[in-house]
Amino acid sequence: MTVINVSRRQFLGGMFSTGALVLASRVMPESAWAQTPTPLFKTKADLASLNPSVYLGIEPDGTVFIVTHRSEMGTGIRTSLPMVAADELDADWGRCRIEQGVGDPRYGDQNTDGSRSVRDFYDAFRRAGASARAMLVSAAAAQWNVPAAQCVVRNHEVIHEASNRRAGFGALVPAAAKLPVPKAEDLRFKPKTAWKLVGQKTSTYDQKDIVTGKAQFGLDVYRDGMVFASIEHPPVLGGTAKSVDDKAALAVKGVQQTVALDTFKPPHLFQPLGGVAVIANSTWSAIKGRRALKVEWNDGAHGAFDSDTFKQQMLATVKQTGKVYRNLGNVDAEFAASAKSGGKVIEAMYATPMAAHASMEPPVAVAEFSNGKATIWAPTQNPQAVQEAVSAALGIKKEDVVCHVTLLGGGFGRKSKPDYAAEAAVLARKLGKPVKVIWTREDDIRFDYYHTTAVVYHKAAVDGRGKPTAWLHRSVFPPIASTFVPGAREPLSFELDLGLTDVPFDIPNIRAENGPADAHVRIGWFRAVSNNFHAFAAHSFADEMARAAGRDPLEFLLDMMGPGKVLDLKAQGVDYSNYGAPYDKYPIDTRRLRRVLEIAGEKSGWGKSKSGGGRGMGIAAHRSFNTYVASVVEVEVDGNGQFKVPRIHQVVDAGVIVNPDRVRSQMEGAAVMAVGLARTGEITAKGGRITQSNFHDFQVARMPDAPYQVDVHFVDSEAPPTGVGEPGLPPVLSALGNAIFAATGKRVRELPISKMKLV
Amino acid sequence: MVNLTVNGMARMFDGDEDMPLLWYLRDDLRLTGTRFGCGAGLCGACTVHLDGTAVRACQTPLKSLNNKKVVTVEGLSPNGTHPVQAAWEQHNVAQCGYCQTGQIMQAASLLARTPNPSDAQIDTAMQGNICRCGTYQRIRAAIKTAAGRRA
Repeated sequence: MTVINVSRRQFLGGMFSTGALVLASRVMPESAWAQTPTPLFKTKADLASLNPSVYLGIEPDGTVFIVTHRSEMGTGIRTSLPMVAADELDADWGRCRIEQGVGDPRYGDQNTDGSRSVRDFYDAFRRAGASARAMLVSAAAAQWNVPAAQCVVRNHEVIHEASNRRAGFGALVPAAAKLPVPKAEDLRFKPKTAWKLVGQKTSTYDQKDIVTGKAQFGLDVYRDGMVFASIEHPPVLGGTAKSVDDKAALAVKGVQQTVALDTFKPPHLFQPLGGVAVIANSTWSAIKGRRALKVEWNDGAHGAFDSDTFKQQMLATVKQTGKVYRNLGNVDAEFAASAKSGGKVIEAMYATPMAAHASMEPPVAVAEFSNGKATIWAPTQNPQAVQEAVSAALGIKKEDVVCHVTLLGGGFGRKSKPDYAAEAAVLARKLGKPVKVIWTREDDIRFDYYHTTAVVYHKAAVDGRGKPTAWLHRSVFPPIASTFVPGAREPLSFELDLGLTDVPFDIPNIRAENGPADAHVRIGWFRAVSNNFHAFAAHSFADEMARAAGRDPLEFLLDMMGPGKVLDLKAQGVDYSNYGAPYDKYPIDTRRLRRVLEIAGEKSGWGKSKSGGGRGMGIAAHRSFNTYVASVVEVEVDGNGQFKVPRIHQVVDAGVIVNPDRVRSQMEGAAVMAVGLARTGEITAKGGRITQSNFHDFQVARMPDAPYQVDVHFVDSEAPPTGVGEPGLPPVLSALGNAIFAATGKRVRELPISKMKLV
Repeated sequence: MVNLTVNGMARMFDGDEDMPLLWYLRDDLRLTGTRFGCGAGLCGACTVHLDGTAVRACQTPLKSLNNKKVVTVEGLSPNGTHPVQAAWEQHNVAQCGYCQTGQIMQAASLLARTPNPSDAQIDTAMQGNICRCGTYQRIRAAIKTAAGRRA
């Protein structure tokens, strides 16, 4: 299986190409079967007697070891992919043990972002289970001297019903282990009707350890002789220390020394930021010592960055014609014609600020260095990127870096960037002992790879019958590209394929443009990435169009989708990256968008209750990460202009659903995050320095202001499975704004909403 | 010198008494279920019980703990069978799970005082505990289950 390699196309030979989003060369390596290359670290699956794949092994006692090579940050992937293998094997789930794989290319892509773990590895885990199953059946058939086709597998046993013989997996392992691993084309997969685990609510594997406090996150790693490091980073990106006074810091009990760290050379990629590390014998001493550290800084090129001024610059840019990324028909001609023929032309400007990921576990990593080799323990979304970043920072081979992946206390895209692991590695080599680098919350908020700020301009024409005839939108935002290419002012095309080039509406004239913007902080991918601002603007504007046309928003949206079809973007000159997935298998199908909208309308009782007087409902639907989600948000606005969200309906079409409870939880959580982001999520900067520092000034959703109830509805589907970690977020942003309009008549064109007066 | 009890065990501490309880639990006692989230009493990830009441370990210096009883998630129940823990499992509350030990300690403290909390009481008690994954709906349901009520 190969996937379009966006990274190679855009930065040829880029060392950090695998770290970027929606990038994967060979998702499922052939080496995952039978002939495995030398592992960097042997798992129990590798060591098991029967080991048909890097993902699975079975011991003679019947224990099945399943390796998850994707990172667990809360999506449940550590449970869901093993479920796929265990189901295909017909294993007893209670006898399956899940292990976390280290960073190793033999597993294929490990960058757990882009909502693609199930999409890209569903087949691989089915194949791992089916291979073991076929081998066990062959072994039993040979033993019993019956045709393999007469044997069935049920609940950890191979059974020959005609002769009433049965054998447990464990007993068959020695014989099965001598057989060749079947070729992919010889495997038979179970029909959907025979699935036992896939599609069933299954508790996450780590739930018990989590509630008892035993679960091990990155922060929970301790090594013998380990020291603790807290790092004072340059407050402005690219800055360097002018002078360091560490006298008071060294006087703090427990502080051992300070270490100056080099500032990266551009591009910053996932390199350490530089600064001064305070090394101590405990976390507290490191933090206390760091507070006593006095550093003066040279700010460098970004010392004048002011986010308010910058926004005005973006607003000026977005008024100019930008670079055209999709052009269908002729919007300009239609705008001119529409005005003369009784149509309406409307326009609007939307703006969203920067945001921080703020995962509950701040960046943290433990590193050891000996005999020219580094060992890392980190909560990372991408252990292979850790290998790359550490190998680059230390000038050693990637194979000489072993990265153990702990549980992640949240990720949301931040932990795909392993700068903190590289810091730990640099310090471990320098100090000759194990080092834990701990970022404080202030470090996390001030030195993120931020969700970028954006402005989006919209213009549309609606004819006299209320039908849209032209759509123009143009976004401007500092791009993720700037993290990889110094001074990049234009996005990588994939950043635009997230909600700009792929507008699904059935409108004869569409133009999508983008204008340049400089980055003055590190820009990264945040859950749902540029879908957030593109979708927020597009689906808020769709609501504005419906109102301008005097039509019901849902009816208008369905009309604007048209009867439904597969979009042919190629015919419109768009080289659409489609989240790294093949377009023929995962096309943009507006029938599926229509369906989620229709179900959302039914489930929410759309149109049955009257909006206004502080209560309102808003609707939006958006396809992202190959998944279709419609959201209906209900709001109540009180006399002080504060709003509550009593209920959100999330309708999701993600193809085949592996673990419905975890799909639900992702849709619930995305709705909560979206409401928090829309309400208060804002990062600003002055003098190149980030203004916010902790949860008092970068506020995220808390229980009282989170949606009270999120109802999740599935579209029953046989389509190939797609991702669910991100797509629940974008439509909620606009559905919320649309609900606020319905309730108050105030249009949300700018986030965060907390800055608006709603009454 | 500080004499305190942690999960029923007598402990003597003679280091920097300004150190927050959080780091004593983690670095010294390796009770890592109490987690660091903000260091400023803003997120609740480090919630433990001090003489039966939920407090933020990151805001509780050792010097305030002489003759006090501290209970962490590891000491909440033998084998993780506290009704709140059981309810958390039943509702499959956790996503990433990092904040959940703090949530559980906060909820257990609430229920010890208010056995059948209303929605408003749950909101008030839990608003200091952030879950970035957004599991609040299930936390609320689990608290109601633990309270012996139908969620």
